[in-house]
Amino acid sequence: MFGYYVDLAFHSLRRNKVLTALMVLAIAVGIGASMTTLTVVHLLSGDPLPGRSQSIFYPQVDANPKNKDSSEPLDMLDYRSAVDLWTARRADRQALVVQSTVRLNSADAGKPAVMMPMLSATTDFFSMFNVPFRYGGPWSEQDDAARARVAVITDDLNQKLFAGENSVGRALRLRNSDVRIVGVLKPWRPSPQFYAVRGGRFAAGDTSDFYAKPEDVITPFFTGLDVNDGNFQQFTCWSMPPRPGHLQDSPCVWVALWVQLNDASRVASYRRFVADYAAQQQAMGRFTHAGNTRMRSLMEWLDFNGVLPSNVRLQAWLAVAFLAICLVNMVGLLLAKFLRRSGEIGLRRALGASRAAVFAQYMVESALIGFIGGVCGWLLTLAGLWFIRQQPVAYADMARLDVSMFLLTFLAAVGASLLAGALPAVRACRVMPAWQLKSL
Amino acid sequence: MQFAPILSALRRHRLATALIAFEIALACAVLCNACFLIVQQLRALHVESGVAESSLAVINLGCDDCKGADLNARVTTALRAVPGVQSVAVVNAAPFAQPTGYAGISLDREHFIAVPHFYAGGPGAAETLGLQLMAGRAFQADDFQTAESWLPQNTSVWVTRAFAQRLWPGQDPLGKEFWSDKYHFRVIGVLAHLTPPDPGGGHGDSAGEWSVFAPMLPGDSLHGVYVLRASAIDLPRVLREARVAAQRAAPEAVLDLQQSRTLPELRADFFRQTRVMVGTLAGVIVALLLVTALGIVGLASFWVQQRRKQIGIRRAMGATRGDILHYFQTENFLIVSAGIAIGIVMTFALNLLLMKFYEVPRLPVYYLLAGAVVLWALGQLSVLAPAMRAANVPPVVATRSV
Repeated sequence: MFGYYVDLAFHSLRRNKVLTALMVLAIAVGIGASMTTLTVVHLLSGDPLPGRSQSIFYPQVDANPKNKDSSEPLDMLDYRSAVDLWTARRADRQALVVQSTVRLNSADAGKPAVMMPMLSATTDFFSMFNVPFRYGGPWSEQDDAARARVAVITDDLNQKLFAGENSVGRALRLRNSDVRIVGVLKPWRPSPQFYAVRGGRFAAGDTSDFYAKPEDVITPFFTGLDVNDGNFQQFTCWSMPPRPGHLQDSPCVWVALWVQLNDASRVASYRRFVADYAAQQQAMGRFTHAGNTRMRSLMEWLDFNGVLPSNVRLQAWLAVAFLAICLVNMVGLLLAKFLRRSGEIGLRRALGASRAAVFAQYMVESALIGFIGGVCGWLLTLAGLWFIRQQPVAYADMARLDVSMFLLTFLAAVGASLLAGALPAVRACRVMPAWQLKSL
Repeated sequence: MQFAPILSALRRHRLATALIAFEIALACAVLCNACFLIVQQLRALHVESGVAESSLAVINLGCDDCKGADLNARVTTALRAVPGVQSVAVVNAAPFAQPTGYAGISLDREHFIAVPHFYAGGPGAAETLGLQLMAGRAFQADDFQTAESWLPQNTSVWVTRAFAQRLWPGQDPLGKEFWSDKYHFRVIGVLAHLTPPDPGGGHGDSAGEWSVFAPMLPGDSLHGVYVLRASAIDLPRVLREARVAAQRAAPEAVLDLQQSRTLPELRADFFRQTRVMVGTLAGVIVALLLVTALGIVGLASFWVQQRRKQIGIRRAMGATRGDILHYFQTENFLIVSAGIAIGIVMTFALNLLLMKFYEVPRLPVYYLLAGAVVLWALGQLSVLAPAMRAANVPPVVATRSV
């Protein structure tokens, strides 16, 4: 019976090509627009560390004398608090993280040097965040302590500088220091660049920079501070730093601390530890208030920073509203199309077709429109994502359709058209056979 | 034209009528709000920079091991030698370039009240940028002091009119003082306009013109960013040659290619996202109107076909073609009006949502009026073809059984 209904549906669609084209177009455009924007939302609001994110935390204490316990602490830590908390090693893993811009001198003398972003972190960064290595591996804890001149580079930079060969053991010249490469990463593209997220609440919704690529050069934390001394940027300061760019003893926050805590009791005890640390610092007179500590999990921190750019969200809402209008429109057109065939329906009913059979026939026709619309909508989605990849936004390179969104496109198209077809089909199966036959 | 027969006919097609009205209502809500968003974005796009944009370019050199004074001397000499360059000055930032000088200020050294962007410029910077002084006096030689870090401890500055209004509403800002940490500033001039480098970047209010312009002598805390002025036609060539000249004069420094551009280029780059958003919104509006029109055409055609016999009877009873035409036009007008009535409520609901989640102001009422007129016109246009077909139904149809 299903095959027969599909036949009938094709026949009916061919009968009025313009109307069919209009309906398919409406579904296709609506689906194309909403799937393009929803794919972007899906890419940008996912979990950057699936399976791990719930045990990653971002502790904060408040060294700012101008804050109060009632206010939100500043988004990063001052150097001393960060290093104290890190040195205590109370978490399962802990990493200090700071970014700066460094001069990378070219090995071959003819080419000019370039400025590039550098990440400096302690070695747990790699194990905590599941960073994949192609060659070599992370540096050791001794390297952290000894401020060893070592570095890890990304696959991108390895391609650029060493044509993708195993470059472990070779040297890079960062500013005035030579560092030895100990590891090369596999392509690694967390979305967002979660370890660098902060200040989202001051960004007025313009948060697309949170989706930038990871830094190409990663050095041990203290090595980075030595090598690039004078080039560090504060998140903010509560009074002027005595030496701009050198922030170790400044009234500024500029270091992030990430910790991994594997179970609830560890989380509770680390919370206590952070609170105790703040209380102790207040007793010593370095903090003016100790109650203002926070420890958000990774996803809570991303939420707090509102990482999804507001214009992406706005576009998604617009697209969904647009799809709704397309659907209402399709309901109207299907209603017209189905009821125009009232005579035909009356005849089928008089010959013994049940209401359910008539209903099924028209739902098959709606689903067919939805499927064709889905194919066109999928093509439009690919076009839309291509368009987004041409845009100068940090996440442009990620805008691709994955399998789940691909399937969702068809599901949404068929689902939407079934939804739109239900009402007209109900009306169609309620047609009075006798009344219709009389007028034939 | 009598409404009663139309209304009673519509009552027999409640579902289809409701659908069209609902579609119109949705379209009204999205149309008005999308137009409003476009206008908001366009306003951001046309922000006045306050500088002579079309004839300015920026050269940005990163050099962390340089002596500031030495670098400035070499680079400015080299840039002045580029043919076509009218003037060169050392600044810390330029509109639409990288911001470098946001700092919180207070009027009483106690309570922070705003975070303006501090521009710093060496001698000739104000003239090179083409800043327009509204009130107060120009900088004199002794206003330019050296600074160990950031700015000189005591500086006479210019502020924008918008920022002066924020700090001292309704008062004359000349001679007023403010503080940032231990740094002290005295206002000696008011600028008509000077946008921060990233207008709307979340620092000021939505007007966003919170800028301070401070004079200082170039040196260790002011080097690396140079603004040069040339005639607008020459500018691209001048920039090309200036990039080469700057790199040659300071081979140990790194030329930031992203930032070393003409001001029109920097501006276009800064607003590219906004322009994409405007394009998207405009696309949505056009597609929306098209889909709505198609819906009306589809349903009206269906009705015309369904009522062929009734139309024939009316024509046989003496109704003119005009009567039939007007019947369908009035019917459409009534449905669209009902849709707009629901749409007004939905428009404001949507606007409230946008106000809550995005920084969008309240929708002015005239957007609704404009939206209603557009939708009425759209309805009449799309019903015209089916209505003409109805008017052409011959009276003889009444005598046939089908």
